[in-house]
Amino acid sequence: MDLTLIPLLAVLVSLVAVVPIMLSSSRPNLREFWTILAAVIKFGLVLLLLPGALEGNSVEIHLVDLAPGLPLALKADPLGVFFAVIASGLWIFTSFYSIGYVRGAGEHKQTRYFASFAVCLSATIGIAFSANLITFILFYEMLTVATYPLVIHNEKKEAVDAGRKYLAFTLTAGLLLVAASALVYHYTGTIDFAPGGVFGDVTLPHNTMLILFILFLGAVGVKAGIMPLQSWLPAAMAAPTPVSALLHAVAVVKSGVFAVTRVVGYVFGVDVMGDYGLNDILIVLAGFTIIVASLIAFNQDNLKRRLAYSTVGHLSYIVLGVALLTPTGITGGIMHIAAHATMKITLFFCAGAIYVNLHRTEISNLDGIAKVMPWTMGAFVIGSMGLAGIPPINGFFSKWNLALGALEGDMILPVVVLVVSGMLNVGYFFPILYRAYFKPGIGLEKYGEASPLMVVPIVITAALSVLFGLFPNLFFGFFDLAVDISTSLFNSGSP
Amino acid sequence: MIESHLPAYIALTFVLFSVLIPVFGLWKSELSQPLAVLGAGIAAGFSLFGFFDVINDGAIRYYFGGWEPPVGIEFVYDGLSAFFVLVINAVAFFVLIHSHHISKREFPGKEMPYYSLAMLMLLGFNGMILTGDLFNLYVFLEIASLAGYALIAIGDKPAPYAAFRYLIIGTAGGTLYLLGVGYMYTVTGTLNIIDMAAMLPMLYESNAVFAALILMIVGIGVKAALFPMHGWLPDSYTYASSSSTALVAPIGTKVAAYILFRIILWLFGIEITDAVAPISYIVGVLACIGILYGSIMAIAQSEMKRMLAYSSVSQIGYIIMGLSLANPWGFAGALLHVLNHAVMKACLFMISGQLRLKEGHSDMSRFDDSYRKKYPWTMASFTIAAISMIGLPPLAGFFSKWYLVLETIDNSNWLFLVVILISSLLNAVYFFRVLEKVYMMDPSKGQKKPKDGEYSEPKASMMIPTSILAISLIVIGFANALIVGVLLNIFPF
Amino acid sequence: MLDFFLGHYAYWFTIILLSIGLYGILFKKNLIKKTIGLAILQISVVMYFVSIASKWDATVTVLNPDFPVDQVANYLNPLPHTLMLTAIVVGVATLGVAFTLLIAIYNRFETLDEEELIEKIQ
Repeated sequence: MDLTLIPLLAVLVSLVAVVPIMLSSSRPNLREFWTILAAVIKFGLVLLLLPGALEGNSVEIHLVDLAPGLPLALKADPLGVFFAVIASGLWIFTSFYSIGYVRGAGEHKQTRYFASFAVCLSATIGIAFSANLITFILFYEMLTVATYPLVIHNEKKEAVDAGRKYLAFTLTAGLLLVAASALVYHYTGTIDFAPGGVFGDVTLPHNTMLILFILFLGAVGVKAGIMPLQSWLPAAMAAPTPVSALLHAVAVVKSGVFAVTRVVGYVFGVDVMGDYGLNDILIVLAGFTIIVASLIAFNQDNLKRRLAYSTVGHLSYIVLGVALLTPTGITGGIMHIAAHATMKITLFFCAGAIYVNLHRTEISNLDGIAKVMPWTMGAFVIGSMGLAGIPPINGFFSKWNLALGALEGDMILPVVVLVVSGMLNVGYFFPILYRAYFKPGIGLEKYGEASPLMVVPIVITAALSVLFGLFPNLFFGFFDLAVDISTSLFNSGSP
Repeated sequence: MIESHLPAYIALTFVLFSVLIPVFGLWKSELSQPLAVLGAGIAAGFSLFGFFDVINDGAIRYYFGGWEPPVGIEFVYDGLSAFFVLVINAVAFFVLIHSHHISKREFPGKEMPYYSLAMLMLLGFNGMILTGDLFNLYVFLEIASLAGYALIAIGDKPAPYAAFRYLIIGTAGGTLYLLGVGYMYTVTGTLNIIDMAAMLPMLYESNAVFAALILMIVGIGVKAALFPMHGWLPDSYTYASSSSTALVAPIGTKVAAYILFRIILWLFGIEITDAVAPISYIVGVLACIGILYGSIMAIAQSEMKRMLAYSSVSQIGYIIMGLSLANPWGFAGALLHVLNHAVMKACLFMISGQLRLKEGHSDMSRFDDSYRKKYPWTMASFTIAAISMIGLPPLAGFFSKWYLVLETIDNSNWLFLVVILISSLLNAVYFFRVLEKVYMMDPSKGQKKPKDGEYSEPKASMMIPTSILAISLIVIGFANALIVGVLLNIFPF
Repeated sequence: MLDFFLGHYAYWFTIILLSIGLYGILFKKNLIKKTIGLAILQISVVMYFVSIASKWDATVTVLNPDFPVDQVANYLNPLPHTLMLTAIVVGVATLGVAFTLLIAIYNRFETLDEEELIEKIQ
């Protein structure tokens, strides 16, 4: 079967879906049908690419020359497929959940919401399948623009300010990416992603390489929430919860860490990173971010903000794993993309369900809610304990690999960071659980569980987290895929 | 043999129509606008035909009356002039279609002189681009300028004053240019650009040549609104009638930029330009200051036309910066930006005209969410043009910046690189501010909230040109590899 | 030194005229005076062109048996002068447009003083 067109179709399907979504704006059911149809088709298309990816093959399609020698090209390599499967798979859940949420919360301008959502997903899949930096820039900026209407969705002053902050950070990052890509093109004459990097025999002065790396770090670090570039992320929590869930657990921030992986593994290459000592910068920044973000999370009373800081911390796990430059470490980082996605989306879904159902956003108001929302809070327990790294949830599994990877590279400090941060995670999630389960609730008599459209996705994502933890290879051979990806970085890295 | 006469036909079309419009206009005033559209359309058709002809068969040198230079006057129709002629005539064609309703509203009864002047101005611009003779260029410059002053004087109450200031500074610039031509004539004894360029290597480091170069750059710099000679531009563009602005703004400064290209790269050549002092670098730095200044001033404006005018000051800086880099990719980036900016600015000024027509103002502080509902397509076009101005891929504006960025890196010119990046951010600030209001801001209290589906789009004669220009930005974005491939062949060295 | 000044007296004259013109344009507040400055500026350039083509003991470019054609130096170059005819016409047209604008300004604001105008516009 000829798969050449599949990556293109996977990108386009949700972009095309925007048209029927806009046209059926007066008929909500039809509109949501299009959203879900597009989500399912997209997931199916991405799955078609999976068998090839498991064998280590890539599907490449060359569309047009955007500029002489700079083609708009898509390449579904194993890493891209891995990320695309997660993003498109979780989109299906988010779509169902969104329907329950926006209707339950009576959100306005729902058409704009669903249309932007679809564009975001196109951009995310585009990022996953980008074959070179210029295609990557294109989708990266597209993601920025498409997310903006979602961030400011409720149009209150707070949201508009958050939107401005978001744009300021991400557009600056986009420009740095343009500059960095142009520099890479200038020095190496190519901008195609390749396992092992684009530099090959090109050697640059140490300082030049350092500046180049810092430019890239500034470009992708914003979306990856690496401190001190994280401050847009908690602000963007002004968005509706499904947006926070998908975009800030899956699409935007994961595009950021995905970009870090691309930059480390496919632009600089493992060898160059090690030779120039660039990974040390990354390890220090990531370690700092993990600890500081966890500490800040303690202070947040708003549930979503606490989750946001938790996200910042966990993104840096992935960055840390990649920066270790050992096969197991990179495997752990890549696995954590998937693990964090399922767990964090569960938690955000829970936060949204609580908001829609009880209109409560502050942690200090959550006393006793486990009695009225048992399923939701059960899922919350799984998600939060998974993030803290308690077996058998999948967060444990990826952390285990991260720690092994650090030891493989004879590094103790990252292990210490992981252990401390695990305790901090327990520390900031436990009060929520304590309040929900053990404190008596006030004024909760007339409430019950949230609408099934929301609860079912929550339970499924929580179950996925557990299943992945127990059997990493159960679905789609994810673990094998991650291992293949990280070994490919090392094998072709030595020219 | 239509090909060999094409350059003359393009200019003569405008001569013919500038006469035809008064003749028919006296009989029926409504005929003026269709005639002007027809004239610009014919010229655009010739330009398109000629452009492909020049690409395939090489440049055409057209000797008027068969007299060969240096005795006679010639039109040089090479890649550069063919490209510019095509851009300005095509944009003018769309703007003239668009001006139908605005002209009826903003200056009723004066259509005939307006369109006749518009034809004269286009004649001047086309002549400036096509001519191969420096003095002839001055004459066309003055034709275009005088018609331009008159067009700008039609508009709001302070428009004549803005036009007068433009006249004073513009004529002073033209006169300085003429003095520069005088110096060049004194040392070379010819006025023909190609002849003169052949003689200049003998005058390497000559003071007279250097003085002439400075005078010409200053003189034309006024017309191009190169910082710090941009002072006339914001007032003129703001107070002039919307249709005049939409006609003058995308084209006028581009033609002046063309002359700078012609003078610096073709006539003097980059070596002689930089022989005495690093002129090209100084021009580049001025362009940088202009880029930042224009963007910052644009942020401070609340009137849409004035914001766009300052944005023009900034955007012309990109073009001049590409010129000052003086290497193939920078050149291609600058020319691509000429095309992009002409299309974007025409589109944006046309939209500001539409808003003035429908709302009676274009004050951005009064924009709100109802605009999106009333004018969905207008605002969609605005969004596309704005995003292209900011320079996000895959729209056209990204690519011209991309080539400029590549070239600044090749030249290790970090100052220019940083300026390009910062200015993109500043562009984002002033355009997203408008988008935010139009798409997000609920109408302030007291205004009636429009219902969904209550369209009040302007007439098709306005919507179609605006939409075509907006869509062409996407097309240019995807086809830019093709365009740049052609532009690279034009580069002289 | 003196030769340098006297030998180029025509150029010095042009430069002085040019400076007067620029001064008028830049510093005079009255718009009519600005226009006069503009005219002086244009005339200075015209004078420059005229001066470069002027020549003692030479005649106009009409064939004359007293001045053999093979001695080109006997004839002055007619081109700058003809160019200036065009330039003067352009100058006159510019003045015409300028005065039209001035009339329009005066009708609308009833003043031609720049400072008053700026006050009235704001």
